[in-house]
Amino acid sequence: MSLVQKTPATRTPAPARRPRLTDDNGRRVRAWELILRYVLLLAVLALTVGPFLWQLSTSLKGPTEDIFSSPPKFLPSHPTLHNYERVSQTIPVWDYALNSLKVATANVVTNCVGSALAGYALARLRYRGRRATTVVFVLAMLVPAESIVIAQFTTMRDLGLNNTLVGVVLPGAVAAMNVLLMRNAFLNLPYEIEEAAYVDGANVWQRFLRIALPSVKGTLAVVAIFAFMGAWDDFLWPLIVLSDPSKFTLTIGLNYLHGTFANDERLVAAGTVIAVAPLIALFACLQRYFFRGVGEGAVKG
Amino acid sequence: MATSTASRTRPSRPARRSPWRPARHPAGRPVSRVRRQLPTSPWLFAAPGLLITGAFILYPFVSTVINAFTDRRTLIPGRFVGLANFRELLHDDMFWTGLRNSALYVVGVVPALVVLPLLLALLVQKNIPGITFFRSAFYTPVVASIVVVGLIWVWLLDERGLVNSLLETIGVGKVGFLSDQWLLLLSAMTVTVWKGLGYYMIIYLAALANVPRELHEAAAVDGAGAVRRFLTVTVPAVRSTMVLVAALSSVAAFKVFSEVYLMAGPSGGPAGEDTTLVMLVQRTGTGLTGRVGYASAISLVVFVVTVVLMLLVLRADRREDS
Repeated sequence: MSLVQKTPATRTPAPARRPRLTDDNGRRVRAWELILRYVLLLAVLALTVGPFLWQLSTSLKGPTEDIFSSPPKFLPSHPTLHNYERVSQTIPVWDYALNSLKVATANVVTNCVGSALAGYALARLRYRGRRATTVVFVLAMLVPAESIVIAQFTTMRDLGLNNTLVGVVLPGAVAAMNVLLMRNAFLNLPYEIEEAAYVDGANVWQRFLRIALPSVKGTLAVVAIFAFMGAWDDFLWPLIVLSDPSKFTLTIGLNYLHGTFANDERLVAAGTVIAVAPLIALFACLQRYFFRGVGEGAVKG
Repeated sequence: MATSTASRTRPSRPARRSPWRPARHPAGRPVSRVRRQLPTSPWLFAAPGLLITGAFILYPFVSTVINAFTDRRTLIPGRFVGLANFRELLHDDMFWTGLRNSALYVVGVVPALVVLPLLLALLVQKNIPGITFFRSAFYTPVVASIVVVGLIWVWLLDERGLVNSLLETIGVGKVGFLSDQWLLLLSAMTVTVWKGLGYYMIIYLAALANVPRELHEAAAVDGAGAVRRFLTVTVPAVRSTMVLVAALSSVAAFKVFSEVYLMAGPSGGPAGEDTTLVMLVQRTGTGLTGRVGYASAISLVVFVVTVVLMLLVLRADRREDS
């Protein structure tokens, strides 16, 4: 599944004097082809990562530096953190970051616990209505969130949870797709071990916690990471459910910053860097699970 | 099916005969058993997930369907009005604008997201030094929040932003990416494609890994060039993945909200001409005067169209199979 990780980046060179690059068949890769590949790779790299770097560069440019110059200046002449200070004076950006962190952490916990429990029930426990439960989760997965946001909002208002962080978390607290992911993970475990534990007198909680759960850590990590990323990046739902600026999450705060101080590009740039840096760091550390999640999610989706 | 019917009528009843329930448990009333021992009912395992899904996905869905036939507002409980909301839709210019823009989004974005990530996957498929770095770097836009991505591009495409300053340097002159109705929509599409590239690239990489190498070799021996091999070997081999990508990306494209909202502003660009359907839902249904009933009717249209899109793509797949 995690193709990116398993394949080594470099091939061990042949014992010849000049190391040669070979492809997967052991055939030599022609030099012009290699050069062409790197040129294309660097071009795409500039397109995908360049915009982030430009944003970073803008955020580090001081108030006296011309950010609109033509031809553009890619590097700040006097890098300064002044804009980060200013953005925290303009909007409570650290409070927003904390709100985002709370929402994302809560989303991770509820999704991991809820989907592991439900997934285990669907995969391993026999009870009347198991098939109906599965159908419920499959149907829920097929309903696009965008088509029910208004009703979700009125539901939250009826519960008195609009404009709270709890209200932000609840609709996605146990995503149906994660339940089905966990169900598949449990189904792929060999049945015999749990059967043996059952014969030895382990009850259902012991079998779940001591035997099944430790074997699906990988899938659980995928669920955790995507729950974190989903909550941290979400926009439409928090935009609808939160109205009090002191409760904003980072994405909504950024939208607010952009709407109010649209012409202060340095300020917006600093805000976006604060919002994106934690996720890029997380991604850099846990790439394997990000890529694995795409594979598993796509099969299900 | 008989089991599921039974469960619907008596949801709290645990299984009567289950090989997973130790036999030494005396058959007592479920309530007392739960109290005396560790709760072992399978329903307890499923409960958190079922509660959340029921209360915040399925119930809102049902109430969306019901509200669509009422004149409910945020603070006023509605009355049943029959098909009035849908009749109003037919004469609402903004609805047709939204439908047009969301449909255009599918037409513009889906072909790009089916083809470009495949080419990108071919580019990063071969294991050459540093390739893992490139793969990860190409994935970065997927990780970033759509708000961050949107704001980055608003600044890049600004009248005085990087793209225009580059265009000016090479003598093309400024382009009003964010002020013209159509250019704005096109710019938003570009952002969607840019953000989606890495995601679908990973999906294609997994599919490409399963293409038998012998096919490529046989084609090469027969004298097929790179382009020919791409069309006759690679494309047929990953065709089902292309259908999957088409399905995923068309549903996502029709529901577009954030990109256009951020780039065109909450009111949807010049005279609201860049409003998409989901933007219209958000604008009509929220706030103190929000027309919940009318917004629900638009939501139903969004739902029906996404389901139809999904079925169309899958059906196209089946037809090609036979």
